[in-house]
Amino acid sequence: MIDQPKILKIDEVRDENPTVKTFVFKGFELGAMPGQFVNLWIPRVDEKPFSVAYCDKDEFWLTVAAVGPFSKKLHEFKEGDKVGIRGPYGKGYTIPEGKKIALLAGGYGAAPLYFVAHEAASRGCEVEFIVGARNKDLLLYLDRIEVASGMNLHVATDDGSVGREGYNTAILEELVGGVDMVMTCGPEVMMKAAMGICEKAGIQIEVSIERYMKCGSGVCGNCCVDGLGVPVCKSGPVFPGDMARKIEGLGEWHRDNVGLKVLW
Amino acid sequence: MNLSIDFLGVTFPNPTVLASGILGVTGDSLKNVVRNGAGGVTSKSVWLERHEGHKNPTMMGTESFYINAVGLPDGGIEKAREELGKYLDWEDRAPLIGNIVAGSIADFKSVAEKMAEIGPDIIEVNISCPNVEHEFGKPFACVAADAAEVTKIVKNVSKNIPVIVKLSPNVEDIAAIAVACEKAGADGLVACNTFGPGIVIDIDTAEPVLANKVGGVSGPGIKPLAVKKVMDIASAVKIPVIGMGGVVTGRDVIEFMMAGASLVGIGVGVYYRGASVFEKITEEIEDWVSENGVKNLSEIIGKAL
Repeated sequence: MIDQPKILKIDEVRDENPTVKTFVFKGFELGAMPGQFVNLWIPRVDEKPFSVAYCDKDEFWLTVAAVGPFSKKLHEFKEGDKVGIRGPYGKGYTIPEGKKIALLAGGYGAAPLYFVAHEAASRGCEVEFIVGARNKDLLLYLDRIEVASGMNLHVATDDGSVGREGYNTAILEELVGGVDMVMTCGPEVMMKAAMGICEKAGIQIEVSIERYMKCGSGVCGNCCVDGLGVPVCKSGPVFPGDMARKIEGLGEWHRDNVGLKVLW
Repeated sequence: MNLSIDFLGVTFPNPTVLASGILGVTGDSLKNVVRNGAGGVTSKSVWLERHEGHKNPTMMGTESFYINAVGLPDGGIEKAREELGKYLDWEDRAPLIGNIVAGSIADFKSVAEKMAEIGPDIIEVNISCPNVEHEFGKPFACVAADAAEVTKIVKNVSKNIPVIVKLSPNVEDIAAIAVACEKAGADGLVACNTFGPGIVIDIDTAEPVLANKVGGVSGPGIKPLAVKKVMDIASAVKIPVIGMGGVVTGRDVIEFMMAGASLVGIGVGVYYRGASVFEKITEEIEDWVSENGVKNLSEIIGKAL
């Protein structure tokens, strides 16, 4: 793990959809597991945490949506530009061997779950990959999932522009009885619904929790979740469902940069 | 084994105390620190109103040192009322030290009054943060008269709650500042806040790593400096001291206690050994105590003076 930012060159920038880009870093072995994150530093701008969307011994990817000043700045970066990276931080997903698993992705959550799917498929798992978004412009990674072996793609959009019309959790409800385990990443309300579905079905689930972070190393306390009191950057971001159920305000509030409660 | 320490009439089950600025953003995070074995906890510095900190990166660690410029972000005293209140209502709680900070004497008075209403076991006055200088100028801890004035005003409004003052090591004569605070009515002292400021430059970009450029330095590398500060203070005053600076092991705690500290703050020890650092350190103290036939831990306080 590196705690002093390592300056790396962006080797490739891929447009995923109108608001999301993937930044590819080659020739550096990050050693991240699916669900872990890195802090990305742009000198004189800021530093923010991002889930790792793919990692092997030769390269890693960060898939970033342009939502705030920092990510919009990052979207201006081209091949050859440099950023600072530290990490990988946190606990990732449990990757089983030879099981049937379902992945439930909401919006950008498809990126880190693609990494899960890739690892799980390589360990002989059969992956039901359920993605959902408000409309077809917000979907990502579909082409990669479609061609990958061991992954079955299921799509839902709120407006029905691609796949089934409605929430992706409806697809999970249909598939949950046939899988050994569920992993989810996306809006907290969606993940909370998935937790309910899995609890009812008696199936284990892992969720990825997002909170405002500073240090990434369990020191500053800014990302501590209510109820558990543990820092998401160290004890998470991936939590087993049994633990996540003890988080107070799950799907309702998080905390801002000064620790005040903010509704999702 | 009984490692408890009486500090200003408050019983700490062991001498490790969570230092201010680490983890204590919410009531539940403080509870989690106690579940990990801390003898007491200190809140983050509480301002009267919301206070924004610095942009990231705010901190960085290496094997030998830690540097931070978080800039004391806080939601203000009303948030503290809710969060610290939640902690104080918890039946398994350990002693709570409520840390306050302000940019002016008048604000120190107001925030101290409100902190006293919340009712922590002890009020800690942060007059030594090096990371808000651009907003408020040199810390109050750098001039004896300023340190005394803040101490007096806080003491006046804190009712019967003991008041301790957290000092800066970045002064010519820390003993003189300590004596000034003691004369002004401080019940105890805390030493010390971070050293510096220092700077880390990323050589690939020629840019300082911290967004604030400079930051306070802590971690194992500054421990000998902090131990000396604690000794200087303990030799000069009669009031008790909480010592801290680069504490990672049980032996470090013993060392600070021998230098005159009654309790010892753990800050970046959390970085070096994880959240369970308190439990690990306490076990190491127990081992040392039984190997050396120490009957009462308070025997060793100031033994090296």
